[in-house]
Amino acid sequence: MTTTTVARTETSWETVIGLEVHTQLRTASKMFCRCPADYAAAAPNTYVCPLCLGMPGTLPVINRTAVEWTIRTALALNMRIPELSKFDRKNYPYPDLMKGYQISQYDMPLSEGGWMDVEIDDLGRQRIGITRVHLEEDTARLLHRENEAGERFSLVDVNRSGVPLMEIVSEPDMRSPQQARQYLVQLRQILRYLGVSTADMEKGSFRCDANISLRRPGDEALGAKVEIKNMNSFRSVQRALEFEQLRQAAALEAGETIAQETRGWDEEAQVTVSQRSKEAAHDYRYFPEPDLPPLQTAAETVEAIRAALPELPAARRARFEADYGLQPFEAGLLTEEPAPAAWFERAVASLGDDVPAGLPRGIATWFVGELTRLMHDAKPPDTLETIVVQPAQLAGLVQLIDAGTISNTQAKDVFAEMYASGEDAEAVVERLGVSQISGEDALAPIIRQVLEEHAQAAEDYRGGKAEALKFLVGQTMRLSRGQANPAQASELLRAALDDTAE
Amino acid sequence: MSDSQASAAETFSADQVRHLATLSRVGMTPQEVEGFRAELASILSHIQALAAVDTEGVPPTANGADLLNVQAEDDARPSLPVEAVLANAPQREADYFRVQAVLDSS
Repeated sequence: MTTTTVARTETSWETVIGLEVHTQLRTASKMFCRCPADYAAAAPNTYVCPLCLGMPGTLPVINRTAVEWTIRTALALNMRIPELSKFDRKNYPYPDLMKGYQISQYDMPLSEGGWMDVEIDDLGRQRIGITRVHLEEDTARLLHRENEAGERFSLVDVNRSGVPLMEIVSEPDMRSPQQARQYLVQLRQILRYLGVSTADMEKGSFRCDANISLRRPGDEALGAKVEIKNMNSFRSVQRALEFEQLRQAAALEAGETIAQETRGWDEEAQVTVSQRSKEAAHDYRYFPEPDLPPLQTAAETVEAIRAALPELPAARRARFEADYGLQPFEAGLLTEEPAPAAWFERAVASLGDDVPAGLPRGIATWFVGELTRLMHDAKPPDTLETIVVQPAQLAGLVQLIDAGTISNTQAKDVFAEMYASGEDAEAVVERLGVSQISGEDALAPIIRQVLEEHAQAAEDYRGGKAEALKFLVGQTMRLSRGQANPAQASELLRAALDDTAE
Repeated sequence: MSDSQASAAETFSADQVRHLATLSRVGMTPQEVEGFRAELASILSHIQALAAVDTEGVPPTANGADLLNVQAEDDARPSLPVEAVLANAPQREADYFRVQAVLDSS
């Protein structure tokens, strides 16, 4: 049975995973020429110059911003920045390279030896080594076609060729597909915080190849590794690794050896398929790019870039928990992207310097709850850029709840109005005539009526049946059409019942 | 032929020529392999003359010019018109270069 195989192999084999990520930099121009780099909406072959085409006599010039952003990324990943770096030619004949080689970095990358802490709720924090972050150029896009005669051919769009591409290589430090996925989630988050890449896997600006091998727990040596390609989402990375983990374990259990090969993920069939096991080891014949002088990065430059780093996701999450008393899941949701975190902080800031404890948490609760729900339910779904309700207005609503002016239930209706109209909370409360009945005088007649109508329940409570009080509070809420303050109603009911008991 | 040329020629094998030809996607007849073997060996032995220079204490470099940090600002400029881009295309289809199928799933 499959389940028993899974259980057994999981204990007999240790999974070893390393990831290689390629992410496009969102610079204005390409890596080595000044053609526009934002090709997503461009017609085919319109962002192309003689250099992109590999014409004789053209010379590449390094994009300064691309270098700076790569160093910025490297510093966020705790990398060392060597003083000297250079570019190399990686030679291979393929129609996606007009020159017949890709300009990349071989033995002197822009950065080396960093790490990232990967956090999974039930597994805790694990430090994953990062071997290098280097800079290279993207290749042309190939479209594979077949015509009516059954003839197969490929079409080349050179627009993508030469777009700055950052390669981020991890150490084989990951031990599960879930951890590999979390590494990618956090890496993408960092790239977006840094503003250097859109890092969108579905749109191809963030791509991942995974290396996976199995070994006996305690073994030092790595098993034969399989490289998996063609995964278009975080979920497919995890699925492909899970599939490969089982495939390799089953093969090893059966006494087979694992072929060192490249396999492609087949999303439809949810399996990996051998791609080119017969091909000999790559022979890229790297050599230094003679057209590009080396890069020298002064220590002061590195420190200036480091000083300008924004607050990174992990630090912001920790600060939100510590400073605002948020739960880890709330802090996690709010800091997933820079925009929600900024919106939340604008709301908190609108409360002034002396923020009463509990209000930021209240704002967070409303943000991840009602606000997120309303944005999601809108057709088409809203974003923080499209909504009319402002951060300070949500803060105002939370203040009214905190002051006891309106109940949580009423606040939901008020907020729905605010969301639709962009009015302040107080204006909506006024307009709808909602307010919580919380004065003793206002509540007293209602409570009297409840006790009269539900004498039996009152009797039960006096007889020691504590749950009866809940029923009476419920009746009070009903009679007040939700406008009573439940805590106060409960208190007043208890006082009234105790009085009459004596 | 000098001694060093002869030794380089001997160390450059027909297999190496064929390997290079494969990597470059160039077809070669046995006669061409032999011709290139001799020619490449001769080029290599010529370059071998550099080995006579004493480079003790000289750091390696890949660039002849004494330059560092030649970079351009990240300002996008217009590209070529698409007709110019495709002017030399051996085969085109709409506004694409058309090439032989590169992924054979068989």
